[in-house]
Amino acid sequence: MNQPSTISDRPSIRSVLASRRLDHDRDLWEQRLREVTSRDVEAALASRPGSYCLTKLLALVSPAAEGHLEPMARLSQQLTIRRFGRAMRLYAPVYLSSHCVNRCRYCGFNRDNAFPRVRLTVEEAAAQAEILASEGFRDILLVSSEDKAFITVAYLTELAKRLKGKFSFVGIEIYQMSAQEYERLFEAGIDGVTLYQETYDRATYARYHLDGPKADYDMRLHGPDDMGRAGMREIGLGVLLGLADWRIETLALAEHASHLIRRYWQSRISFSFPRLRPACGVPAAEFPHLLSDQNLVQMMLALRLCFADAGIVLSTREPARLRDHLIGLGVTRLSAGSRTSPGGYTDPDANTGQFEVNDHRSPGKVAAVLKTRGFDPVWKDWDGAFCSGSELTCL
Amino acid sequence: MDKLTIAGRVFASRLLVGTGKFASPQVMAAALEASGAEIVTVALRRVDIDDPADDTLREIDRERFLLLPNTSGARSAEEAVRLSRLARAATGINWVKLEVTPDPYYLLPCPVETLKAAEVLVKEGFVVLPYINADPILAKRLEDVGTATVMPLGSPIGSNQGLKTRASLEIIVEQSNIPVVVDAGLGLPSHAAEAMEIGADAVLINTAIATAGDPIEMATAFRLAVEAGRKAYEAGPRAPGRHAEASSPLTGFLREQ
Repeated sequence: MNQPSTISDRPSIRSVLASRRLDHDRDLWEQRLREVTSRDVEAALASRPGSYCLTKLLALVSPAAEGHLEPMARLSQQLTIRRFGRAMRLYAPVYLSSHCVNRCRYCGFNRDNAFPRVRLTVEEAAAQAEILASEGFRDILLVSSEDKAFITVAYLTELAKRLKGKFSFVGIEIYQMSAQEYERLFEAGIDGVTLYQETYDRATYARYHLDGPKADYDMRLHGPDDMGRAGMREIGLGVLLGLADWRIETLALAEHASHLIRRYWQSRISFSFPRLRPACGVPAAEFPHLLSDQNLVQMMLALRLCFADAGIVLSTREPARLRDHLIGLGVTRLSAGSRTSPGGYTDPDANTGQFEVNDHRSPGKVAAVLKTRGFDPVWKDWDGAFCSGSELTCL
Repeated sequence: MDKLTIAGRVFASRLLVGTGKFASPQVMAAALEASGAEIVTVALRRVDIDDPADDTLREIDRERFLLLPNTSGARSAEEAVRLSRLARAATGINWVKLEVTPDPYYLLPCPVETLKAAEVLVKEGFVVLPYINADPILAKRLEDVGTATVMPLGSPIGSNQGLKTRASLEIIVEQSNIPVVVDAGLGLPSHAAEAMEIGADAVLINTAIATAGDPIEMATAFRLAVEAGRKAYEAGPRAPGRHAEASSPLTGFLREQ
């Protein structure tokens, strides 16, 4: 579908990262980051806003750029408003299953953790979605752990069909699938896929992913290419912030985005910023690279200044105060009122969630805050009529 | 200065020159020499491609210059494909500058027919360099079908107006995975330098050299301008300055914890 003939001529993301030594050589990149001067940052800020090159991003994520956050914020704000307007897309997740075959040390759904696991039937998931629809949401994200036995392509196809009448945009954030499976889902009305690499550093990846299909770094890395080939309209990327040095991770993430944009020019790339937080009971010794608020803001601004049109997504992992301040600085999509356990919208206390929500405000309250800040909360930014599954075929 | 690579072939010069409109084949030859160009384009309708004694062809040293036949005059994909096949049969050259211009007044390229012809020619093994309007989506579609470059115009051909399409050219340069050659409308060396400064891989000049008071001097001026523009691009130009402000209204909250 979205398969240019030039694809095969370009190097794979694996070889791009390897040739830049972004997947293994932390010492090299730490040194380059230390060598960035304030003048380099000024040069990066003077380049065309929204255009990407690795040297520019290196300057913007460096420690030297910490003294330039205000001009970065100003440029990011101007660029975001110019490209996206004073509008904020709102979405909510529905968790489908907490059964998992992987052992990822940072995740609440790690198969080693003993807690009552839950799976929603298609019927139950649709009922959860119904609650979100009644709150006004038209943009929904289906989330699941690696439960391939239950959350099958047939399950998702059936659910997508049920949701299409009520939701204009259906995204998934589940275990990695094949290009053919993504194609089938796209045909069934799934518009976007989010799949985090978690970390681009090979050694760190191996340390945190102990077992399960997800433990294969290279297979994971290839996932977004498969989504592009399947013609997905949105491809969501991210790193789990706290596993490795965020500055180097941002460089690798940007190389990945740039690679995808060049290959699959009809798909939009979005970035998410899932941050491990000390408040979640994460032991600092286990995760030596936790980010401060300032680090998070710097990362977000740096990416916006390199990717004018990327979606920037902020979930309810982040506290209300920070989220409110970030409205208009680069964020284009906010979740609201999220429950991170399967069945959470009907029974919030029933079982264990994937992560702890830090912004507990209702969707209505978040929308009201957006309005007071001069932004239009956008519930619907897509229409099912664009999709192949649409019934209106006459023209 | 980095070298230019098109379809695997490497060129030291980033200036391509056209061969029409010169006062004589001899002036043309001297101007080509002065330009430093390594690729010269010839209109198939102008030359007798089968005849090595043709006035124009005789003056072009095939050892030094890559002869790039163009389909100037073609009004449809069908005509352009036919011309290209004839040129290849006669010369053995499988490179073609694809021009499909149905409108005889401004000679603007037709996007629909150009894409159609490009698809056919690429499948037939041609190295295709299509002349297009500065349309970023068309540029991507042509890249998708496998053209070797895209050649967007700066302004209508022969108009000497410079980079009227600059905003779109910038998008094409940003998004393209294949060389971008700005073709048409560049009237002055400063126009060529501007195209190179925004990151074009090369420029093609014809009218501005061929119709200058002194075509040879003008060819030299374009050579220098293209080199200057490319060097400036490689040196990483600064955008126009912005004023810094002392206060921190947007990020002050980070210090208020």
